Amino acid sequence: MNDSLDAAIQDGAVVGEFVTDPLLQLRKVNVSFSGRVAVRDVSFDVAPNKITALIGPSGSGKTTILRSLNRLHDLTKGAKVEGDLLLGGVDIYKGGIATMLLRSRIGMVFQRPNPFPTLSIYDNVVSGLRFNGIRKKSLLDEAAESALISAALWDSVSSRMKAHASTLSGGEQQRLCIARALAVEPEILLMDEPTSSLDPVSTQRIEELMTELKNRVTMIIVTHNMQQAARVSDNCAFLLMAEDRAGELIEFAPTSKIFHDPSDPRTVDYVNGRFG
Amino acid sequence: MSDLLNTLPPDPIYDRREKIRAITAKTLRRRTRLSQLFVGAISTTLVIALVPLVLVLYTIVQRGGSDLTLAFVTKLPQVPTIGQQNAIGGIGNAIVGTLIVAAMAAAMAIPLSLILGLYLVEMNTRLARIFRGGVEILSGIPSILLGVFAYIFIVIPQHHFSAFAASVALALLMTPVITKAVETAIRGVPDAVTEAGLALGARRSVVARRVVLPAARPGIITGTLLALARAMGETAPLLLIIGATDSSTWDLNPFHSMSALPTLTYFYSNSSFPSQHRAAWGVALVLVVLVLILNVTSRLISARLSRRAQA
Ligand SMILES: Nc1ncnc2c1ncn2[C@@H]1O[C@H](COP(=O)(O)OP(=O)(O)O)[C@@H](O)[C@H]1O
Ligand SMILES: [Mg+2]
Repeated sequence: MNDSLDAAIQDGAVVGEFVTDPLLQLRKVNVSFSGRVAVRDVSFDVAPNKITALIGPSGSGKTTILRSLNRLHDLTKGAKVEGDLLLGGVDIYKGGIATMLLRSRIGMVFQRPNPFPTLSIYDNVVSGLRFNGIRKKSLLDEAAESALISAALWDSVSSRMKAHASTLSGGEQQRLCIARALAVEPEILLMDEPTSSLDPVSTQRIEELMTELKNRVTMIIVTHNMQQAARVSDNCAFLLMAEDRAGELIEFAPTSKIFHDPSDPRTVDYVNGRFG
Repeated sequence: MSDLLNTLPPDPIYDRREKIRAITAKTLRRRTRLSQLFVGAISTTLVIALVPLVLVLYTIVQRGGSDLTLAFVTKLPQVPTIGQQNAIGGIGNAIVGTLIVAAMAAAMAIPLSLILGLYLVEMNTRLARIFRGGVEILSGIPSILLGVFAYIFIVIPQHHFSAFAASVALALLMTPVITKAVETAIRGVPDAVTEAGLALGARRSVVARRVVLPAARPGIITGTLLALARAMGETAPLLLIIGATDSSTWDLNPFHSMSALPTLTYFYSNSSFPSQHRAAWGVALVLVVLVLILNVTSRLISARLSRRAQA
């Protein structure tokens, strides 16, 4: 290692595509669907207890990358994930982590709020724990309360935990989904455009939430909202579609660098809203 | 990770995370085994269900396979004589007869079922409820009674057996099945799609025809072809009304009696000529092959259509 690299590492800075002490590492990740490449040669690191944002135009493979991290593509026929995806140094595809255990360590929040429609608020929050074989009432209660507090939902639902999840507003439903994901105490939380179906007030609450959750969980978010990426994220990966419509990583850097001093002219154009 | 845990102050969340991880990992084996158990049980059931199917197919192919010549499927039957015990000719007219009866039945049942299915989904009137009840009752009627119906109302007034009467009986048999398939497929189309059409100012009937029905097409086609395959092999109603168990002509007038594969199988298997007796297996094999073609086609079409719907 040369000196400047050492210095950079001491600052905890991002060196090129890589960060110090990464929790998650992607190395030349390729995803294809029935032979059609959707994501090509994407490499970057995810720093622990930071928020990493994936930005880029629609179709640039953001969702596809996110879903490869918790192996959701396993369910898609014809989907193929190649390259190295390391969680704490262990390859999540080849390294003998059971998929179910992996998914309990890497949670996910989807674009549209998707609470389980027939379950109560409480049952929704503890569903992940129950699916994972946890029965102990005290542990369930404790995890539910902690998750709901973290999701800023405790005050409004603590008195009606038995009510149906569908009685909540859209923004509350999304926070319920965040609480549901948090209750399993994942190390990483994947969020795919978590605020795109919400109003500005709900969006702001969830953005505040993300910042507060950093000490609890490492987050990777996909967003189309440049201000959101600039406000909440620490590191930022910018993706674009190549000629053949495969998504490629254009630049990975600390968010301030992406927004104020990007290296690639295409990043400049995108963050200034000039295309995409 | 361990570095991180050491440097951070003790935190209830990390405690709980450790606890949850421990239980999750500990119960994983039990949960995996339980899931394997269920998969095992399901696979066993599948095998049990497949055994009779495989045995039937094997027997039919083994005994009827040698009959399957070009002459057998194209020529007319020939009654064996003392001198030519093995000359049974072919079953060309029975194959064509089955196809004609099935096609006529489909031509009646499909439009009726489409309208009925659409009506049942779109309307919530008393009449719709009556129709729904009617469809359910119709689906429970033993097929032989449908044959009796066609016999009383078509064969008797006309004074002779006919392929047309047979196709009416089969159409009645298919209608409830296809209607159910249409209804299910249409209900599967999200409301948002219908609303998108209405919000553009389209009439409800236009939305149904141009948006909803095409979206429901894979399910409708599969249901229809399966109902058709089922009806093609139906024997009971035909025995009463199609008449020509020993027809050996190319008379394709739908209002005359006609030969068909299921009735011919029945007739041959009761025949006193050993050669016809043996040929029953060949007839059965041809019928099975036709039904199989319909089944496979319906699967291919629905796979192709639903793939296109996703793209
Ligand atoms: N299940 C799938 N089957 C086939 N192609 C898919 C599938 N999911 C995503 N893709 C393709 O992958 C590409 C990237 O999509 P996606 O990751 O959803 O982009 P983004 O989230 O950046 O808008 C698109 O071209 C899309 O067609
Ligand atoms: Mg997306």
